[in-house]
Amino acid sequence: MSGSTPTDPGRGDAADGTGTAAPAAEAAAAAAPASGGRPVVPPRAEPTLLSRISQSSVTVTVLALVLGLVAGGILIAVTNSQVQATAGYFFARPTDFFAAVWQAVAGGYGALFQGSVYNINRPDFLSGIRPLMDTLTFATPLIAAALGVGLAFRVGLFNIGGRGQMLIAAAAAGWVGSTMNLPWGLHMILAVVAGLIGGAVWGGLVGFLKARTGAHEVILTIMLNYIAFYLLAFLLRTPGLLQAPDSSNPKSGPMADTAVFPKILGDRYNLHFGFILVILATIFVWWLLNRSALGFRFRAVGENPEASRVAGINVNNVYIYAMLLAGALAGLGGASQVLGSVTSGVTSGIDAGIGFDAITVALLGRSRPWGIFAAGVLFGALKAGSFSMQAAQGIPIDIVTVVQAVVVLMIAAPPLVRSIFFLNRPARRAAAASRLPEVSAK
Amino acid sequence: MSVTTPSPELSVSASLESATVKNWKAPIVFAVFSVIAVVVFVGFRREGVSEFRFATGSDFFAIPPLVVGSTPATIVLSVLLLALTGYSVWRTSTARTTPIWLVSLFGVLFVADFLAWVVAGNFINATGLLLGSIALSAPLIFGALGGVISERVGVVNVAIEGQLLAGAFTSAMVASMTGNALVGLLAAMVAGVLVGMVLAVFSIRYLVEQVIVGVVLNVLVAGLTGFLYSTVMGSNEALFNSPPKLPQLPIPVLSEIPVIGPILFRQTLIIYLMYVAIFLVWWGLYKTKWGLRLRAVGEHPQAADTVGIRVNMTRFWNVSLAGAIAGLGGAYFTLGSVGGFTKEMTAGAGFIALAAVIFGRWDPIKATLAALLFGFASNLQNVLGAIGSPVPSEFMLMLPYVITILAVAGFVGQSRGPAASGKAYVKQ
Repeated sequence: MSGSTPTDPGRGDAADGTGTAAPAAEAAAAAAPASGGRPVVPPRAEPTLLSRISQSSVTVTVLALVLGLVAGGILIAVTNSQVQATAGYFFARPTDFFAAVWQAVAGGYGALFQGSVYNINRPDFLSGIRPLMDTLTFATPLIAAALGVGLAFRVGLFNIGGRGQMLIAAAAAGWVGSTMNLPWGLHMILAVVAGLIGGAVWGGLVGFLKARTGAHEVILTIMLNYIAFYLLAFLLRTPGLLQAPDSSNPKSGPMADTAVFPKILGDRYNLHFGFILVILATIFVWWLLNRSALGFRFRAVGENPEASRVAGINVNNVYIYAMLLAGALAGLGGASQVLGSVTSGVTSGIDAGIGFDAITVALLGRSRPWGIFAAGVLFGALKAGSFSMQAAQGIPIDIVTVVQAVVVLMIAAPPLVRSIFFLNRPARRAAAASRLPEVSAK
Repeated sequence: MSVTTPSPELSVSASLESATVKNWKAPIVFAVFSVIAVVVFVGFRREGVSEFRFATGSDFFAIPPLVVGSTPATIVLSVLLLALTGYSVWRTSTARTTPIWLVSLFGVLFVADFLAWVVAGNFINATGLLLGSIALSAPLIFGALGGVISERVGVVNVAIEGQLLAGAFTSAMVASMTGNALVGLLAAMVAGVLVGMVLAVFSIRYLVEQVIVGVVLNVLVAGLTGFLYSTVMGSNEALFNSPPKLPQLPIPVLSEIPVIGPILFRQTLIIYLMYVAIFLVWWGLYKTKWGLRLRAVGEHPQAADTVGIRVNMTRFWNVSLAGAIAGLGGAYFTLGSVGGFTKEMTAGAGFIALAAVIFGRWDPIKATLAALLFGFASNLQNVLGAIGSPVPSEFMLMLPYVITILAVAGFVGQSRGPAASGKAYVKQ
């Protein structure tokens, strides 16, 4: 599957030729044998350097990010009171207006940068770099859950169930972490394993139902998200199950010190051991997909389940294994949330929207492990920065959600991005040139 | 098909005659629920009588309350459930299917059994229970109707949640600024159409996977409305977020029928619009040229294209129309019930609507009934919470989702969507 296909991870039938790389040529090649004629290979137009750059996924990704930030900037400017005031006398003194817009947007994104990468107001480097560590902390569960979503994408499955898998994993890890009494190290390992199993069970259930009954995984995962939410709510408010003893709040007890992830860079930063686990998970998924026999089967089923079945791959088992693994990865995200980021106890909002953000991260990372890692760090930065944006500039944190959604929408539709930036003329000419033989072949 | 080799055809028809397909899923589900009924409702029987009241103030005549002893009622109903299970097993063992009326009857009896058990020693107002169910079902029904149209034309609509939320936000804002609830309704439809159009453009023009567009659109709308709620609405609640509520419009005579009157005919304009929408979607889908074309495009776009239907235009406009209907459902949240907009106030209703579409097998009437069932379940949870139910409320809230999983897994009937739903159409 070519790297420039917009949503290639999710699309099982690559043969429909909906990719961006000369779809007309592919369609012609596919149609020619079907019409009984001798296969006609249309001459491909030699791609120019510009068209190659404009079609490369990196360019589209960067441009999509620009568009997302522009959309966010527009929202910031439109809702800024100073901008609204100066817009009233725009024609009298337009410079005031533009100055106000600049101040609002630059102030907002400046706060975003200072909250996510480096705080220039701090005296020394070590405390100035603290926001970057916050970014990595926010990125930790995001990357883990997104690896789960991305792995499923590669098998041709839409795992919308990151939220449910994280919630169940958080409940399992939280139960081990808050109620058991075990020595340091062992306790932590056991809690993580419990989280992995919890997530795997919730994800594997989807794979099992899909394999056995043919039910669509999108519906299953959406429904299981809500079932997990209510199940956790029930566990949290029922004494003797997950609720903290001697408490009437729907919340579990705090994690025992023996189960909490250690801070890997000292107490100055929040970055915890979960980040190391997530790096290991990324390496594992990379190895699994690119170097292992199971990963080969995963990708084969993702490309074409029918052909895989003919080739002797047990597609149903692949669905089950993939969803077990995807659930376990989301479970790692849930466990690191409970044991690392929010150690005060499990609540029903413990997933903090990460389960859904993971979908956008997986799409942004094009379902490739290291792409997901980078995308996760980026979205972690947006999340970390959004809090300082709200504190310093009074911009609601929802702005980041908007930016993320716009970025992913744009990335999913490269032709739109290219037409916004007037980059697609060479591509269109090439497509037009290759369309001519297609007509004659019919 | 060549004339010289008829043998494959013969063998196929021969095997068809002798083939008996026994699908044991329905009897299994029946048996499980019957066992639950016997073990829980009869095993843990509760003392006292269960009282169901029907009367409201302004009826022609008052229906006396129904009072039954909890224990005898649960025993009788559980025996009936067992009998139905036995009938289903017998039908399946003689290679016959379990008809839909049997499933429905089983469901009604099970709910009655459950109510007789749970209300023991207390009373509930049945009219109020049903009235609340309509209120909770209304946005689900609008969303489900939008979902049915959209999926029937071949575009998977996961963005119902976003359409509802956009409708709720826009109607609240526009209605407060104009002081006119009707303008708010229109604005909600426009908002739903806009979300629908984005979904349509991305999935039809840019061939993006439809589920992804839907999921991302939900995130986008949640972010946008949340942002604008905090900035714009928060800056001036009185101007931007105090919409007038739609007035109640009792229909003369009809509204005075006991039970039915207050439930169906003492409602706001938006509920009456809902009745019209249900009928129009059903009638349009099955009785008009528009519906025939729509279904053709969703089932077999290539064939539709061959006879001259413009597949992608049909899809675009119908997905937009579906957005308008779902947007109306969003207006119900603000203009119909609560009043002001709050952040993420739809709280997953769009996904329950999606569940209703699937459980209702992509049919407007069945989807409406499914939405009513889900609304009933969540209102039952509210009512039982007030009288102190032995069943944790979370399990009642889970019910629509569990039922949907059972439905898509094939335990409750066969659920198969429109053949081309979710697939982009590229003209060859």
